[in-house]
Amino acid sequence: MRYRDPLRFAVPLVASFALVASACGSDGDSDSSASDSSTSDAPDSTEATDGTAASDGTEAASGDICVEGDNVQLGFLNSTSGVMAISEQTVRDSLMLAAAEINADGGIMGKQIEFIEEDGQSEPTIFAEKINKLLTDDNVAAVFGGWTSASRKAMLPVVEGANGLLFYPVQYEGLEASPNIYYTGATTNQQIIPAMDFLASEGVETLFLAGSDYVFPRTANKIIKQYAEELGIEIVGEEYVPLDSDDWTTQVAKIADAQPDFVFNTINGSSNVGFIKAYDEAGLGADNSPIISVSIAEEEAPSMGVDLTGQYASWNYFQSVESPENEAFIAAFQDEYGDRPTSDPMEAAYTSLYLYKNMVEKAESFCVDAVNAASDGVTFEAPEGLVTVDGENHHIAKTGLIGQINAENQFDIVWSSDAPIEPDPFLEGYSWWDSSEE
Amino acid sequence: MDLLTTPFLTGTANGAILLMAALGLTLTFGQMGVINMANGEFLMVGAYMAYLTQQVLGTSGLSILIALPVAFIIAGLLGLLLEVTVIQWMYERPLDTLLATVGVALVLQQLAQDIFGAQGDPVTAPSWLGGRLSVFGYEWPHRQLFTIVLALTALGALSALLKYSSFGRQIRATVQNRQLAETLGVSTRNVDRLTFFLGSGLAGLGGVAIALISGTNPTLGTAYIIPAFLVVVVGGVGQLKGTVIAAWVVGVATAFLTDRTSGSTAQVIIFALVVIFLVIRPQGLFTVRTRSLA
Repeated sequence: MRYRDPLRFAVPLVASFALVASACGSDGDSDSSASDSSTSDAPDSTEATDGTAASDGTEAASGDICVEGDNVQLGFLNSTSGVMAISEQTVRDSLMLAAAEINADGGIMGKQIEFIEEDGQSEPTIFAEKINKLLTDDNVAAVFGGWTSASRKAMLPVVEGANGLLFYPVQYEGLEASPNIYYTGATTNQQIIPAMDFLASEGVETLFLAGSDYVFPRTANKIIKQYAEELGIEIVGEEYVPLDSDDWTTQVAKIADAQPDFVFNTINGSSNVGFIKAYDEAGLGADNSPIISVSIAEEEAPSMGVDLTGQYASWNYFQSVESPENEAFIAAFQDEYGDRPTSDPMEAAYTSLYLYKNMVEKAESFCVDAVNAASDGVTFEAPEGLVTVDGENHHIAKTGLIGQINAENQFDIVWSSDAPIEPDPFLEGYSWWDSSEE
Repeated sequence: MDLLTTPFLTGTANGAILLMAALGLTLTFGQMGVINMANGEFLMVGAYMAYLTQQVLGTSGLSILIALPVAFIIAGLLGLLLEVTVIQWMYERPLDTLLATVGVALVLQQLAQDIFGAQGDPVTAPSWLGGRLSVFGYEWPHRQLFTIVLALTALGALSALLKYSSFGRQIRATVQNRQLAETLGVSTRNVDRLTFFLGSGLAGLGGVAIALISGTNPTLGTAYIIPAFLVVVVGGVGQLKGTVIAAWVVGVATAFLTDRTSGSTAQVIIFALVVIFLVIRPQGLFTVRTRSLA
């Protein structure tokens, strides 16, 4: 009766499942599906010309700008396979658009951009491996990319060890400032705190927190709870669901029961669909219990299977921002890639390449130390508005925006901060913040 | 909030989905000694069938009902294909099938991503599923009731098939004593194939129910495969009765613990309880000795 043998494996099998499952709960966005598709050296990436660029700023002698020849090589490191591909491919697209525009306009300090594309495969370890290859084998002057916090954390020691440069284009949980990374997405005081200011201005008295169970929502909610106390907003509930779980029915029942004025949604990825569907199923919606989200943008809104009209999101860029720069950005993007929406991380990536150009031209050098020395106060008239680099913490000043979803799945901007908000990744300027408090 | 009604009803609905995911596993695990880690991907296939059916027929009316047979047949055929191309070479080597089907699961996920994209596609509940029943103060979504009815109908049909049809008798004979069944003229190869078709098809049905909860996405199956295995092992391998009870208990217990603690803590507690249970009773709720499947 050999076919009964599986019973022998039952206990160790279940025990190892338990280990796997609990490990999965803690590793950020990296879902398990990244299978090996080969790294894409895209057809339009230029042939490698080893040794023309050197990012090692320590060797910079006076007059040496660390890049020889007529070209400067940059690394674009985004996931074009695996679960994050759908998001990161949009960042890759806008980086290529910015590179083409800059090249058409004469390049950076007269040097044409050549980019080397690598695929992070939605796996933090691959990101670390690839950025090491870009910085040490290809000697690129700077790398652009990363999306999940796990991928950024994996790249950080490598880029610091090689004294390279990384431009990271996604809003994140703050509490980080590396001399070798520029953060062109929002830190918490540019996205979470403006959202709370907006809620306070709306007269919100009770708030329910719903998030995925990993570092960003946990950190964001810690900030939200402390600021809510300052603002006199009562937190009436706080619920998390593991990243790989889509079932929100039990938690939504708690929200329906608590009847909060507003729900603050820090759920990431596909879990949003389960949340929004369960919300709708429970009879909750924009009219009786509105939601403010920090990860639902123009692209995600149509994929929920539920009408989101009237719900809110906090970002620093919406496609609906009215400025000549944004009009030009959208026109150029859609001209190149068809009728696709533009979103906050795409804009931040596009902006990051221009900021790098402006830093290099101010430094008159591609050397990392020279670029860092010159970075403070570098500005760019971005599609989102004027952004300014903070040379101290390497983040950029950005305007906080609140948008309300309309029937076309675009956002009507209903609130904005008075001016670009100075980045404060460690929230040092906020007296109510106590990082040790739970 | 009502302390009992909400987790009880929600948990029963979740248990119904676990049941549909686990029925196929218990059949193939019990009958053939095959650990099919790709069963979660048949859930995913079922969910995409719901999406495609709605693309063709529209989101309202009865399209979700028409999606059910479509999902059953397509997922079942994929299961059959898996059996013929991979599994049949590995019978009675459970660890080999485990590794091979994990590989198949990854391939299917990447295929779904290449075909449909990594961003999930929406599946819309028709209006007749959008309402709510008031049960002891809990506004019970029709969708959960639908899920329970669907699982019970599938279970009833499967039990009847096993009990009364000649195919069902052949399955039971094969499970109880493969060699003896062969000497009596049962083609165990055909029985194995049909069992695989049936089990994968049931997972396809579960996928339609999941699509109503969370839409589709390529990795949707991964969240269900491990709980489904817990259900199979706790219920006792090859035991329909045990699987039904275990699915219901795991579903309701998870909902209660989620309600009392948090989603992540609930998972940890459930795993711990299952490990303790299996240390005490490694054969599961019901043992193979009863030699009955239905």
